[in-house]
Amino acid sequence: MNSEHEPKIVAFLCKWCSSAGSDMAGVSRLEYPSNVIPITVMCSGSVSPLYILSAFNLGADGVLVSGCHPGDCHYIKGNMYARRRMALLKELLPYIGLEPERFQMSWVSAAEGLKFTQIIKEFVKQLKPLGPQTQLRRSL
Amino acid sequence: MRKKIGVFVCHCGINIAGTVDVKKVAQELSEFPGVSYTVDYVYMCSDPGQNLIIQKIKEEKLDGVVVACCSPNLHETTFRRAAQSAGLNPYECEIANIREQCSWVHKDKDKATEKAIKITKGIVEKLRWNEPLQPIKVPVTKRALIIGGGIAGIQTALDLANSDIEVVLVEKNPSIGGHMIQLSETFPTLDCSQCILTPKMVEVSKHPKIKLYTYSEVQEVTGYVGNFQAKILKKPRYVDPDKCTLCDECTQVCPVVVPNEFDLGLTGRKAIYIPFPQAIPATYTLDIEACPGVLPIACGKCWDVCEPKAIDFDMKPEIVEEKVGAIVVATGYDLYDKKNMAEYGYGKYPDVLDGLQFERLLSASGPTRGKILRPSDHKEPKEIVFIQCVGSRDPELHNKYCSKICCMYTAKHAKLYKHHVHDGQAYVFYIDIRAGGKGYEEFVNRTMEEEGVLYLRGKVSKVFEENGKLVVWGVDTLAGQDIEIRADMVVLAMAIRPSSGAEKLAKILKAAQDTDGFFAEAHPKLRPVESLTAGVFLAGVAQAPKDIPDTVAQAGGAAIKVVSILSQPELLHSPLVAQVNEHLCTGCSMCVDVCPFSALSIVEGKAKVNEVLCEGCGTCAATCLRSAIEVKNLTHLQVHDMLTASLGGLK
Repeated sequence: MNSEHEPKIVAFLCKWCSSAGSDMAGVSRLEYPSNVIPITVMCSGSVSPLYILSAFNLGADGVLVSGCHPGDCHYIKGNMYARRRMALLKELLPYIGLEPERFQMSWVSAAEGLKFTQIIKEFVKQLKPLGPQTQLRRSL
Repeated sequence: MRKKIGVFVCHCGINIAGTVDVKKVAQELSEFPGVSYTVDYVYMCSDPGQNLIIQKIKEEKLDGVVVACCSPNLHETTFRRAAQSAGLNPYECEIANIREQCSWVHKDKDKATEKAIKITKGIVEKLRWNEPLQPIKVPVTKRALIIGGGIAGIQTALDLANSDIEVVLVEKNPSIGGHMIQLSETFPTLDCSQCILTPKMVEVSKHPKIKLYTYSEVQEVTGYVGNFQAKILKKPRYVDPDKCTLCDECTQVCPVVVPNEFDLGLTGRKAIYIPFPQAIPATYTLDIEACPGVLPIACGKCWDVCEPKAIDFDMKPEIVEEKVGAIVVATGYDLYDKKNMAEYGYGKYPDVLDGLQFERLLSASGPTRGKILRPSDHKEPKEIVFIQCVGSRDPELHNKYCSKICCMYTAKHAKLYKHHVHDGQAYVFYIDIRAGGKGYEEFVNRTMEEEGVLYLRGKVSKVFEENGKLVVWGVDTLAGQDIEIRADMVVLAMAIRPSSGAEKLAKILKAAQDTDGFFAEAHPKLRPVESLTAGVFLAGVAQAPKDIPDTVAQAGGAAIKVVSILSQPELLHSPLVAQVNEHLCTGCSMCVDVCPFSALSIVEGKAKVNEVLCEGCGTCAATCLRSAIEVKNLTHLQVHDMLTASLGGLK
């Protein structure tokens, strides 16, 4: 059953690089799985760890945060804060019973449409065997 | 009261409608809480499409509009303008991207439709909590700061001053003129470089709108576009320019001789000196590093002979503050450091010169009055070797980029050499000839054909001295053979590097540098004179290697960019900035520490946002433990509701 599971993914994309990169994937008509719902934020540095936990709480099977490459941040160093914060969060996920593979951070520039699709494809592949995320899902 | 939201779904011909069931998206959204009107239309961005939005905002009395269409990068402005013309605040209009991020990247119509519905619902949830906002108005200081007094800075300063804008021009050396004033003649017309530059230098010094600081450096810049404050360090020159009569008595008695920077060490100068006769400002400077001591006991000979008493040993460094609205970086270049080129004997053998030294030899005002003579024995070189790409286009060992001007100035050097030494033989080692420019290709061809300069395609491996000759070991890759030339002089076309102060200045201005150390432009094609920092512009080689015509053109471009800012009565700044909930803020200052723009401070125990400095990145919002600071129209609540809409409907 697990292999049939279609994971629900939320992707927080920074406006200047990764969201533009996903636009580039569109312009280039590069296909990728439709499991991912994009949410455009100003900077990866604005993604609070709370957003990620909220996403899991609301039933996401996987969460992606994607920003500009280190050193290329539109806001000088927002992605550096994101990198530190997200690395720490990933370390902490097992303590609340969540597989760290359910969370991923990536760097996609405005030109890297192909890389964006590859990241989504890989992430979906990685999430499928894990099945539905139930540990943090709020029971409604 | 809940907003009345209208959702407008675009077909984009078949671009969206081909993969997404737009009727179903409109239908589903019409049942979504808060949505009071939905419609789908073939091209929303067309005039009839926009009119439909305007008409329905009025008829249905909508408080907010979501257009489900292409990326907001394309038509956000279009639809916000349309909403505004219907009387809505533009920030009450949001775009749901269902084309680039949905219809164009999926094939399964059911899945794509389901995703488009979720994306649109998410944006409706965001819009529900949007506040109407007005752009922040910022006053403008109608003055410009130009850093660097070479041809780039001079041209920018003149263009701006002639546009009736006050200019502050800062140059670190005792005189303006930059490298161009050192050159002999310029390619491809062989104009005398000093003859065409000195009128501009004089114009700078006489222009009522230009305030000139020479022997000065920018130390600190605070503020933001339209309102910068710059601190400028005026180094003491120990000579009062107003009193100095240029009588030259001081240099006659000065006992100290040091290498002359203007002649690149080919001659000497005294500790008190004027860089060159046409220097602007026309005055002497006392080099305090070389002077035996400002204590009159140690020397003081110059002070003794100075009739008008222009020399003042007690002069102190001075810091002046200038307020400006825009800044132009025109810091130019240095040649690649000679210590990196040991294999060519540069710095070891006196007759191995760099391009600028050779310019000084060619110059009528140079150390040899325009005669080409070997520095070692003052004999005329009968065989001369020019080596191109020294330190350029060599990613393994040196710089990976092309320094761009060397092909042309080497051709000029070889040509001028032949004009001076008719019976001499010139050789040029090159990788490729890059002569892209008006009249450039013809110029190189003439050097080859009319002057008989021998061009050899290949690199030189080694230069060494033997019996008073410089032995050049190279290879001719076209003939496929090793070459040995016993030359009298070798001239190296050294790579161009960003000016030595560029890194420090980039930090002061918070302007990015590229991987080679040149100032990074905002866009390589469409914004080549703007830096990534608003209000900071680039001119000349500070941005990338380029020749004089390109530099002058870019300087004019930078000037008009400055005018386009300073001619406005006030600047508009995006209102999507951070705001503080003072009831929750404890004044812990964590947000202040992470802000990349120094836009936050603690005032009376609470965080305070400088809305003009804030770029709205939201790094503070993710840092605050109490959610006391958030970015307008993208609050934690809005993100949470977007997540709920995006995930809630999933089975």
